[in-house]
Amino acid sequence: MDLNLTQEYEDFRAEVRGFLEKHKDSAPSRSDRSVRSKKRLAWQELLLQNGYAARTHPKQYGGFGAAPDALKARIIAEEFARASAPGGISGQGINMLVPTLLELGTDEQKDTYIKPTLAGEMVWCQGYSEPGAGSDLAALRTAAVVDGDDFVINGQKIWTSTAQFADMMFCLVRTEPDAPKHQGISYILIDMNTPGIEVRPLMTMTGFAEFNEVFFTDVRVPVTSIVGNRGEGWMVANATLTHERGMLGDPDAALGRLRSIAEIMQKEHIDGKPLIEDAVYRDRLVKLQAEAQAMKMNGMRLTTLSSEKKSSGMAGLLVKLQGCELNHQMADLAIDVMGEYGILYEDSPFIRDQGMWQTHYMFDLGLIIGGGSAQIQKNIISERGLGMPREPKPQPGSFKSGASKAN
Amino acid sequence: MYFGLSEDQIMLQDSVGRYLEGASELEAVRKFTEGDTTLADTLHSGMEELGVPFVLLPEALNGQILGGLGMGVLEAALIQEALGRHIAPSSFATAYGMAVVGLREAGDEDWLSQIAMGSARMAVGMTEAIGVREDAGLSLSGDTVSGRASFVMGADGATHFLLTTGDQLIVVERGAKGVSETALTTIDKTRNVVTLDLDKASAALIAGNNHAVALRKMIDAGRVLLAADTLGAAAMMLEKAVAYSKERDQFNRPIGSFQAVKHMCAEMAARLEPCRALVWYAAYAQDHVPEEAALMACLAKSHVSDVSKFVARTATEVHGGMGFTDLLGLHYWFKRIGANRQLLGGPEKLRAEAAELQGWG
Repeated sequence: MDLNLTQEYEDFRAEVRGFLEKHKDSAPSRSDRSVRSKKRLAWQELLLQNGYAARTHPKQYGGFGAAPDALKARIIAEEFARASAPGGISGQGINMLVPTLLELGTDEQKDTYIKPTLAGEMVWCQGYSEPGAGSDLAALRTAAVVDGDDFVINGQKIWTSTAQFADMMFCLVRTEPDAPKHQGISYILIDMNTPGIEVRPLMTMTGFAEFNEVFFTDVRVPVTSIVGNRGEGWMVANATLTHERGMLGDPDAALGRLRSIAEIMQKEHIDGKPLIEDAVYRDRLVKLQAEAQAMKMNGMRLTTLSSEKKSSGMAGLLVKLQGCELNHQMADLAIDVMGEYGILYEDSPFIRDQGMWQTHYMFDLGLIIGGGSAQIQKNIISERGLGMPREPKPQPGSFKSGASKAN
Repeated sequence: MYFGLSEDQIMLQDSVGRYLEGASELEAVRKFTEGDTTLADTLHSGMEELGVPFVLLPEALNGQILGGLGMGVLEAALIQEALGRHIAPSSFATAYGMAVVGLREAGDEDWLSQIAMGSARMAVGMTEAIGVREDAGLSLSGDTVSGRASFVMGADGATHFLLTTGDQLIVVERGAKGVSETALTTIDKTRNVVTLDLDKASAALIAGNNHAVALRKMIDAGRVLLAADTLGAAAMMLEKAVAYSKERDQFNRPIGSFQAVKHMCAEMAARLEPCRALVWYAAYAQDHVPEEAALMACLAKSHVSDVSKFVARTATEVHGGMGFTDLLGLHYWFKRIGANRQLLGGPEKLRAEAAELQGWG
């Protein structure tokens, strides 16, 4: 254990801090989620030039070309959080598609897509889940049939965030209907302006449409839009799912949320006493603090394992499951300490924190499901982490869905 | 920055673990719990050969050579984790953990040198520094002490008691005039706990004039060591549950292939693994991040206690009816986790203290 930074890293921290002091005024607000706004694109360009976004991506595709360094990545995240400055544009294009193309794309695909994606000019959405293919993603049925030089696509995707703004979709489709389910899938890139695509917003329990449904009717895309070979889409997609799991669960963010709740409890009074003096709520707060602290230390351990190029093992497998649950419980506490004020929402008078704790509480429930549900995570932890046996495959026809004994 | 164990630390923990795997196997521990104290003596000499008692002792103090290894609470916690893993009857946490931390802080080279030579081994009674129950507490009058010290830990093989009046640290000789011991029967028979009644027993103040700091450090280190002991015991229970689930067949398949059982194991693992990093950091903080030492000790012990209580119960459940029997002996780990939870402050008490340390309420 040595939690001191060597001079190289202290210097790097000073460099990041210096950059932020100098340029902070040109940063968009952290809550600005607008797509392709001038301010955000200019900020992204500045970050790319200085290596604070797409740091390890190759220079020829608009990245910074630095060697992977988990500690430097952490320092960047810490300093940006400290300065309340927004980091580089994230999202499924940069986090999932770009790594996939770098690994498996053709030279032409890399040249065409990576640079504008990193610059934030080209926005992507992910077309994976379908109404009938959630946890069992490989059961997907959206079909792509070759006709001349094109694939013709028919079907439906769901849970497609940012589809309403996206220029492009990376999408899993069934190209080999007769192959076993995992071997019949291909990974293709679809221009969202192609005729036959309809995007419908999907309103969720939060009252916002964070997701969409996307319908495909005879949508034609060139056969060259495929990444990898026909029937290998499952393997290509799994490369990106690994990246998505890495995106979720930031332990510093959890401690930040916790501090906000402590502040609410110090600020809010009931019967003239600050809520922080209530032993029951305080106990819940410290309980979550201990857990957030454990997750932070687990995260630091992962940073070291990653810098040492060692496998992260169980410490890595648990992050999504535990991180999402912890965030959900924190929102739960924030609402509880606010008492009646905890129910205020939208533009209500007397609202606290713009109702964001209710939004978190509900949206975190979605995150517990999205990107591999808690139950799938537990299967992964027990099978890959603990070496427990897989469940035997049911015989065809052994379950009848919808059948009821009473009938 | 390097967040993890060094090769030397891994080697230290492995060598203690390997030794205990043979020496402190279940049947030997069982004999100890039935009243045959041989194992405690065997372990003491075995651990001495490995250098374990000298881990926290300084090489030298105030010009006196002590010949210790001068390591930190992190190394002690790694040893303690191995002891918990093998439910070893050992007074390491108190005699060579807490007592040495306190005496080191107070600058008492005389007692430390006796400990180094093996002529003193201290049991530790700190319960009243955390909370005083009715009829308990010590008061010092001149050089004698009277009153009750409850739940004194590490009495096996002890020659002295290191006790507190609340703000002072004193040493009382075992068996001296006015010292009466009552052995307690607890759920955890792998370690012995006694209550002391003192009637004008002669007491020696330890060196130094800042006992409050030494007391605080002892309690913090003790909490970290108990957390490490619990972590080791819980990790072993999880491993046993997973192993059992792969062997035990029902409905013509190993029960470990049922999702209901897999998810119980996954939940145990997902909650327990971050405890390891938390214990490492809390132990490291004792020597390297003094401003966080007390807070991290509270957070680590309360969190590891809660998670491990869940693991103890769930791992027992995975074993089905067998988990409930004496035959399997799983209950020794279950009870060790249960006892650690109550000693030196239970979770609620620790969280209240953590809140206070942060100025919360």
